[in-house]
Amino acid sequence: MIEGIGVTDFLVVSTLMFFIGIYGFVVRKNLITILMSVELMLNAVNINFVVFNKYLYPDLLQGYMISLFVIGIAAAEAAVAIAIILNVYRNLQGIDIEHVNTMKH
Amino acid sequence: MGKIIFYILAMAILVFSVMTVTSRNILRAAIYLLFVLMATAGLYFMLNYNFLAAVQLTVYSGGVVVLIVFAVLLTARMDHKLEAVGSLKSVASILLLLSGMGVVLWAIMGYSFVPNGMAEGAHDVKAVGMSLLSYGSYGYVLPFEVISVLLLASMIGAIMIAKRYTK
Repeated sequence: MIEGIGVTDFLVVSTLMFFIGIYGFVVRKNLITILMSVELMLNAVNINFVVFNKYLYPDLLQGYMISLFVIGIAAAEAAVAIAIILNVYRNLQGIDIEHVNTMKH
Repeated sequence: MGKIIFYILAMAILVFSVMTVTSRNILRAAIYLLFVLMATAGLYFMLNYNFLAAVQLTVYSGGVVVLIVFAVLLTARMDHKLEAVGSLKSVASILLLLSGMGVVLWAIMGYSFVPNGMAEGAHDVKAVGMSLLSYGSYGYVLPFEVISVLLLASMIGAIMIAKRYTK
């Protein structure tokens, strides 16, 4: 624990980070930028888990473990997402989300 | 001292997060994301969760950001600028952002978090490893095995999807 810093300070930081990620997710049209916004959101959630573990239940390791698993799943998700993005780029010559509408027509 | 470092790290996280989503050069956005992830690892170090901070540094800032940089280099030209955000869209997204943020911050500020008062348990690498591979209470062997299968499946899937098929 950090002297003088409570749970709420961490939660404010992670909340701001999460909603900045949502802003990027909504505003951007480039698939890679959207992926980066998702990573920001996942990271904010991780901070929450770790801080709850450290401050509220310091005798257990549950938040710690969930953060480890979230990091692993985020890595897997990024790998698959980038494979899909490369495939989209190869087939549609662009990675803006407007390009990805061939299944509509 | 810890307080000052926390505030520096928090400011770095927030400033670089904003720069990640507002920068119009996508490679710079990836580097700002790297800074955000490293500052988060700094927060974990301050909480004495050293192994988690190391995992964050290696997997996130070492792996994921490098992957993203490679994807950027393979799909965009270096001088490519992202489009400027339209004013209507920007105002609507900022409204969404502020309303969501307001609700969550209001909920956080109004709640008093009560610690359970136990002494701090072991959280060194040995305790983490024992906990990951034990199947008693607070053992995580099932999610450990499931995530190993998931990583294998996503690796094969990524190779299959990104492979160039020649007819």
